[in-house]
Amino acid sequence: MKSLVCLKQVPDTETQIKVNPDGTGIVTEGIKYVINPYDEFSVEEALRLKEKFKAGEVLILSIGPDRATEAIRTALAMGADKGIHISDESLNNSDPFVIAQALAAAAAQTEYDIIFCGHRAIDDDFGEAGAMLAELLKLPQVTLVTKVDIADDKTKAIVERDVEGGKETVEVPLPCVLTSQKGLNEPRYASLPGIMKAKKKPIDKKTAADLGISPEPKLRSNAYSMPPERTAGKKFEGMEPPDVAKAVVQALRNEAKVI
Amino acid sequence: MQSSLDYFGETHHILRQTVARFVEREVKPFVDEWEEAGEFPRELYRKAGEIGLLGVNYPEEYGGSPADIFHEVVLTEELTRSGSGGVSAGLMSLSIALPPILALGTPEQKERFIPPVLRGEKVAALGITEPGGGSDVANLRTRAVRDGDHYVVNGSKTMITSGTRADQVTLAVRTGGPGHRGISLLVVETDTPGFSVSKKLRKMGWWASDTAELSFEDMRVPAENLLGEEGAGFYGIMNNFQKERLYLALMANTTAALALEESIKYARLREAFGKALMGFQVTRHKLVDMATLVEVSREFTYRIAAKIQAGENMVKEISMAKIFATDICDRVCHAAVQIHGGYGYMRECLVERLYRDSRILSIGGGTSEIMKEIISKMML
Ligand SMILES: Cc1cc2nc3c(=O)[nH]c(=O)nc-3n(C[C@H](O)[C@H](O)[C@H](O)COP(=O)(O)OP(=O)(O)OC[C@H]3O[C@@H](n4cnc5c(N)ncnc54)[C@H](O)[C@@H]3O)c2cc1C
Repeated sequence: MKSLVCLKQVPDTETQIKVNPDGTGIVTEGIKYVINPYDEFSVEEALRLKEKFKAGEVLILSIGPDRATEAIRTALAMGADKGIHISDESLNNSDPFVIAQALAAAAAQTEYDIIFCGHRAIDDDFGEAGAMLAELLKLPQVTLVTKVDIADDKTKAIVERDVEGGKETVEVPLPCVLTSQKGLNEPRYASLPGIMKAKKKPIDKKTAADLGISPEPKLRSNAYSMPPERTAGKKFEGMEPPDVAKAVVQALRNEAKVI
Repeated sequence: MQSSLDYFGETHHILRQTVARFVEREVKPFVDEWEEAGEFPRELYRKAGEIGLLGVNYPEEYGGSPADIFHEVVLTEELTRSGSGGVSAGLMSLSIALPPILALGTPEQKERFIPPVLRGEKVAALGITEPGGGSDVANLRTRAVRDGDHYVVNGSKTMITSGTRADQVTLAVRTGGPGHRGISLLVVETDTPGFSVSKKLRKMGWWASDTAELSFEDMRVPAENLLGEEGAGFYGIMNNFQKERLYLALMANTTAALALEESIKYARLREAFGKALMGFQVTRHKLVDMATLVEVSREFTYRIAAKIQAGENMVKEISMAKIFATDICDRVCHAAVQIHGGYGYMRECLVERLYRDSRILSIGGGTSEIMKEIISKMML
């Protein structure tokens, strides 16, 4: 089973994000970066497929600046076999379409039975790259996947996905693109022996030129802004409970406009 | 908030994430319960062993992962970040119990006594301190007399970390005459007849680690369990102290860093006289003093670790680092409790535990006074 796992390095969820003074992006200094959590589910699932079939390969594909090698290396430490790191100024901070094009071009240079993407990246939250990648490669896709079963003959996958309030089970021919959702699995730790072994695993560096692409973004981000600061709460004191209840309902309806 | 990034490379960062996550998932949710219970489940050794955390910097042939000293630094720091010195001390009792085996043991002994511990299947402890004295190692009294293929051991040990449930104890005994030349190390399997745990000790801090008094009555230990030659024990013990002192300095720095972080959080939240504690200059200055101590101590310890890594003899400097780090830890934890006011004295408050856990650090692994004796002999 050969899996191609698309992986993005993102700021740790616990990092306090600040917008830079001119509003063109976030302050990157002091940020701790991690593998996008949904991509970690992908890595884990790909490793389990390789283990189940006792053969195959897990290939990690990531686009990002130099620091992204650490995320790739972490996936290699978890047990993945090889990495491709697309590092090119023209691709950093670009839109999902450009990213999908680069992923598609890189994927076209590799062999795979299945491609995993996270269903979204927790930093910019577009949730588009996986779907666009499938379109560009003309592959079937299943999004928000929480369970994957591959038929023994590797011609199709039976996949469970999240739908409002329940699960849907679908069958999809391979190769295909699956986007991982929380609940798919519990990712393993990068073990110490794994970390030391990963030092020697190959990471292939590529530029946009190597991929033969010169993509044009379709989106341009104009400004970043922080959500408004939370204002102090309102206290209802010195009233009888029924009056408090009435006042709170009024406030929720007329001031907060939430009911 | 990480300093001296140059000491840490990619593999250190990834290991840090692994250990931090391990602590977040497997330790933190249960810490309070384990502290009260006076021990953590044995299962934790196996879980840590499974992902290689117990084998940091041990040879591959014995189930470890060759690494460098900063991987050990990362492990110690992140385990201490659990907020329970006891978990860290108990889980890592192998880090004082195994090095003498590695340094003095035969290949057969290493094969027998190291891999099961690194896998977390067996618990290892180090037994040096006796009821009659700990600092004066050269005068220890537990006696081992050769009788054919065995040593017959009589005596007792106390304050032995992981002692209530260790499967093997690296035991300092007297095989020869008085003084340090008469001391040897035996690896004792705790199911040996004559071995008993005479008491589980109750402590000021490090609650989650079990600490025991051990007694030996005509305990027959196979002579093949002797590490190195008879009389080589003192060297084995002293050799061991270098790393133990580094770990204790790191624990102290990290405990102090936690106390500082907690204090900063609290000073932002807690109000007095109509403003946050952070609004008082005296609080801000206290926090700056704490931060300065932590920063200086951490940088010094890292520097010494780097020199140990480079193969330099750092006995004097690591002793200095231990004195300094454990002292600033006491001071920073004291200040942290003060900033927390009465809440800092309450069990549910982390700094209350840090304050108690800090106190052992200038005593275990050689007291500050003994550190000063070592340093003065080397410099004066
Ligand atoms: C929680 C905990 C865990 C421990 N774990 C272990 C373990 O796993 N294995 C183990 O073997 N031991 C362990 N110990 C014991 C520890 O190593 C000893 O407590 C320590 O070495 C001091 O020995 P002592 O307690 O006998 O004090 P003593 O040696 O009796 O010292 C008492 C006081 O006298 C001072 N003193 C002694 N000699 C001198 C001198 N020459 N000059 C000036 N002052 C001096 C000391 O500094 C100290 O202040 C542990 C202790 C604790 C509290």
